[in-house]
Formats: sequence, structure tokens, C-alpha cells
Amino acid sequence: MKLDSMYQDIILDHYKHPHGRGLRDGDAEVHHVNPTCGDEITLRVKLDGNVLTDVSYEGQGCSISQASASVLNDLLVGKELGEAQQIQEAFLELMQSKGQLEGDEEVLEDAIAFAGVSKYPARVKCALLSWMAWKDATAQALAGAPVKESA
Amino acid sequence: MIHTSRTLDVDAIRKDFPVLSRILPNGKPLIYLDNAATSQKPKQVLDALTAYYELHNANVHRGVHTLAEEATALYEGARDAVASFINAPSRDEVVFTKNASESLNLVANMLGWADEPYKVDADSEIVITEMEHHSNIVPWQLLAQRTGAKLKWFGLTDDGRLDLSHIDEIITEKTKVVSFVLVSNILGTVNPVEAIVRRAQDVGALVVIDASQAAPHMVLDVQALEADFVAFTGHKMLAPTGIGVLWGRQELLEDLPPFLGGGEMIETVSMQSSTYAPAPHKFEAGTPPIAQAVGLGAAIEYLNGVGMDAIAAHEHAITEYALQRLQEVPDLRIIGPTTAEDRGAAISFTLGDIHPHDVGQVLDEQGIAVRVGHHCARPVCLRYGIPATTRASFYLYSTEAEVDALIDGLHHVRAFFG
Ligand SMILES: Cc1ncc(COP(=O)(O)O)c(C=O)c1O
Repeated sequence: MKLDSMYQDIILDHYKHPHGRGLRDGDAEVHHVNPTCGDEITLRVKLDGNVLTDVSYEGQGCSISQASASVLNDLLVGKELGEAQQIQEAFLELMQSKGQLEGDEEVLEDAIAFAGVSKYPARVKCALLSWMAWKDATAQALAGAPVKESA
Repeated sequence: MIHTSRTLDVDAIRKDFPVLSRILPNGKPLIYLDNAATSQKPKQVLDALTAYYELHNANVHRGVHTLAEEATALYEGARDAVASFINAPSRDEVVFTKNASESLNLVANMLGWADEPYKVDADSEIVITEMEHHSNIVPWQLLAQRTGAKLKWFGLTDDGRLDLSHIDEIITEKTKVVSFVLVSNILGTVNPVEAIVRRAQDVGALVVIDASQAAPHMVLDVQALEADFVAFTGHKMLAPTGIGVLWGRQELLEDLPPFLGGGEMIETVSMQSSTYAPAPHKFEAGTPPIAQAVGLGAAIEYLNGVGMDAIAAHEHAITEYALQRLQEVPDLRIIGPTTAEDRGAAISFTLGDIHPHDVGQVLDEQGIAVRVGHHCARPVCLRYGIPATTRASFYLYSTEAEVDALIDGLHHVRAFFG
């Protein structure tokens, strides 16, 4: 019962069939790790003016961290930066809610499936890994940091 | 099917550990297979802690009143218990620390500040292994960075053992210190101490042994090991957190400089300079973890009562059984030795492509506590090309029935993510 609240079908679908995976051209690249479990992600953002035209990523990790990156790609690509930031903040709020919030489906779409994960403190970091990486990469892209060569 | 081993009455032992009869919030009984991370505590240890605080609590070595003397006697009594548990030639060779990490950092810092012949400097080499816990890597990296010394290490074979084939090139005349783990917390490997100690002694290097996963599980005899320093941590051997041990050979403890300064470690202090108390107090600045040391003394008494030989035999049998049953699970790959020979009771594995985090979560749902991640030994994961492992680790109270539950749990994990 409880397990199903964490591992929603939507999460398992994204995990098994991730959207937008693989590294593509970008304006900034970051590498984030979750030191407690070894999950890692390399993530690039591509901006066209104010519009986020791509978020590409590669990494290894659990179903939660992988599915979360896939959902992020779905949700944020094509959005204007301001809106993308609002979505990121809404997701952060949901994940920090300790199971108290359900999430606004209008804003978060598939990402509301992660509401159940917010009850498991050890897994919240997994869900947030790609979102924190995205935030960092976007800040760097805006600051004009040079993109690293692809590995 | 529950077999009690030849010599251990596991059912009776389990009754001493209140938490082992815990029912988890999801209604499942606890199956605790995370003993390499920390052990559970018997009520004998909990009672010793309570009695200490209810009856004897005082600071040590600094009062004439009754409680101060009782507390001091209890604290120093714990030192005696440790000394005899590890067959130390002298009780003054037992330094209390807060954990194994502090013990290892203490040695690294003693050597960093030492005079010749111990001094580690830019011409020196430090040798460790690729299977060390981060606690036995990072202090040496820091020492190497600060002194300019070169850090070298033994690599690993595919079956999870130390590759000693180039021992003479790795341990050389320049080697000042060789520090290695006796039993790996991630691979379970028991390392061949003698071969390493021989070579280290030939070149005059000091030997430091991380016995964190050995002291709880087997007879530990520091004289037989022929090491110079041995570190371990109380909380993995039935004692509370916050207490660790560094054993060191007396002459070294006398010659090497203190690291932390403060109360307790001094002889006289003036505004210009100070002289130091003799070892072990020289290395125990400030109020020590008194109750925790008393708890460690009680834990040792408990372990001695059961018998370290009997504990080792029981764990060997459980490990053999678990290795065999785990290998029946499809797609399961053991990271480390696949037989119980020269092996401790921690077994790491991967399960197909299913991430250990997910394995651990589904097992938790069934009440089974395992550790997932890189187990503070990330270089081992890199060596075997895996992001992380799931680790089950056993102790004196572990049963075959718990192994069976783990196996059922793993089948369930496969079904869930299949
Ligand atoms: C082999 C080994 N060395 C060192 C340590 C560090 O112990 P502590 O965290 O108590 O300092 C551990 C435990 O995590 C260990 O398993």
C-alpha cells in the first residue's frame, strides 16, 4: 500500500522510458551528486533568449531520481524562464511538504506523482537531484558560463 | 527453518535486544540486517548506561568526591576491559576516542606532527588500499596534501581481494606508514595481515589496522596482528555511539606528539608552554565520553560472555548460508568474495539494473533493514563499475530465518520492478 504511494505508475513509467535523456548541445553544464547514495546527474540547459529550449541529462541513480529528471524535461522544456522557475519552486515546495501537500496538477502535471515521495526524507534528495542541477545550470547559463565539451 | 548454531543460543540472545522484537509502523516485525553500519544494543549495555547516570555520574580524574571516584573507576575499568579484549600488553596503550574515524585521524595527525623517525614528509610514502572506508582514506589524503607525501594504494582483484602482486613496489623504503582494513565493510573480505605486516616491517614502516568490522565479530589480538596501531569503533560492537578506540604500541604513544590539546591531557600548564600527561591521557583532551566508555565496557562483558569464537562461528555459518541462497536469486551479483572463506558477515550485491535505493525501499516495506549506497567506500564501487550496492550484514543475533526473509524480499523486489 505505502509502496504504491511512492512508486506511482507514472514514476515507474518515466523510470522505464525516460524522456529527453542523453546529453545534447547546451549553454551550461553541471554535475551534481547525492553523496549519501551515489546518485549522479550531468545536466545541460539550452536557452534561446528567455526560453528554455532544451534540458538534456545523463546520470545514474534510483527510479525516483531518474523519473524525476524525465518529468523535469517534460515540464520545463519550451517554457519561459520565469514560468520554469515557478514550476521548480512548486516542485520544491511539494517535496518539502512531508506528505502534507498534494501538488497543483495545473502547474506540476505528472510531477504531482512525487507527492508520496515527500514522506520519505531519505528519498526527497533523490527526487530533487535533477531539479537542483537544473537550477544551478540555469544560473550558470544566465551568468554566461562556458559549456564544457561533451564527455 | 531456524538452526541455532552449535554454540550460540540465538533465541536467548535475541531476547536481550529489545529492539529486535520491534513491530514497525507498517505492522511488520523488524529484520535488522544493517549490522555493519551499527549494531543493536543489549539491555545489559542499556542498563549499564542507566546505572551510570542514575548513580555514578561525575566528571573523571578531577575530584575527590565519591561520585568522581566511582565515575573514574568505571571509566578506567572500561579501559581495562578493552585492553584484555584485544590482548593489549598494557592498559596504557588503549586510547579512547569518539569513533574509529577519530582514531584514524589521530594517528595521521600524530605522524604529521612527529619528529624523525616517524615524521611523514615530502619524501615519504603512505600506503592504503582501494577497499578502505572513507575514514581510512581521507585522513591520509589530508596528511599527504599537507606534507607533500605520496599516497599509494593496493588495488583489488576481480573477486574482491587485495591485489598484493606488486607489494614490493607499493611498500618501499620510502613508506612511512601502511594503513589497511582488516575486514572490509563493503566487500566483506578478511585481509591477509601477515603478508602486509612482514613487508612493512622489512622497510621499517608503521602499520595501522582499521579493525572496525573485525573487533565486533572475531577474536582480536593486537599482539598477534603485530600492528603498531589498531582502530575500532564501539557502536558496531553493541556499545553506544560516541566511543571509539585507538590502540597503539606504548613506545609510539610515548614518543609521538599529542594532537588535541586541553584539559586532561596535560601535566603542567603555564602561559608559555605545557607538558603533557603520559599516554593514554596525552591523547584524551577534554571530558571524555564517560558513559559511552562504560557502555563499551558492558558490551565487551556481554561479548565475552557469549564468546568471540562462538560469535565468529555463528556468523560464518550464517554467511555461508546467505551466500548460497543469494546466488539462487536471478540477476544477483555479489560484489566481493562469493564464498565464506576469509570473509566477514557483510555481503554486498547488485540486483540486475534495479538501483540499490529501490531495492532497499521495497525491502523496508517488508520490515527488512539493509544498507544501500556506496557504504563510505566509493572507490570500491568505481573499481567494479557500479553506482552503489545493497548490503546485508549479520551479527550474533542474526538467524537463517532472517536470511530466508531477505531472499523472499528480493524476489518481491524483482517482481515489483520487473
Ligand atoms: C571499516 C570501517 N572503518 C571505519 C568506519 C568508521 O567508523 P565510525 O563512523 O564509527 O568512525 C567504519 C564504519 O562505518 C567501517 O566500517
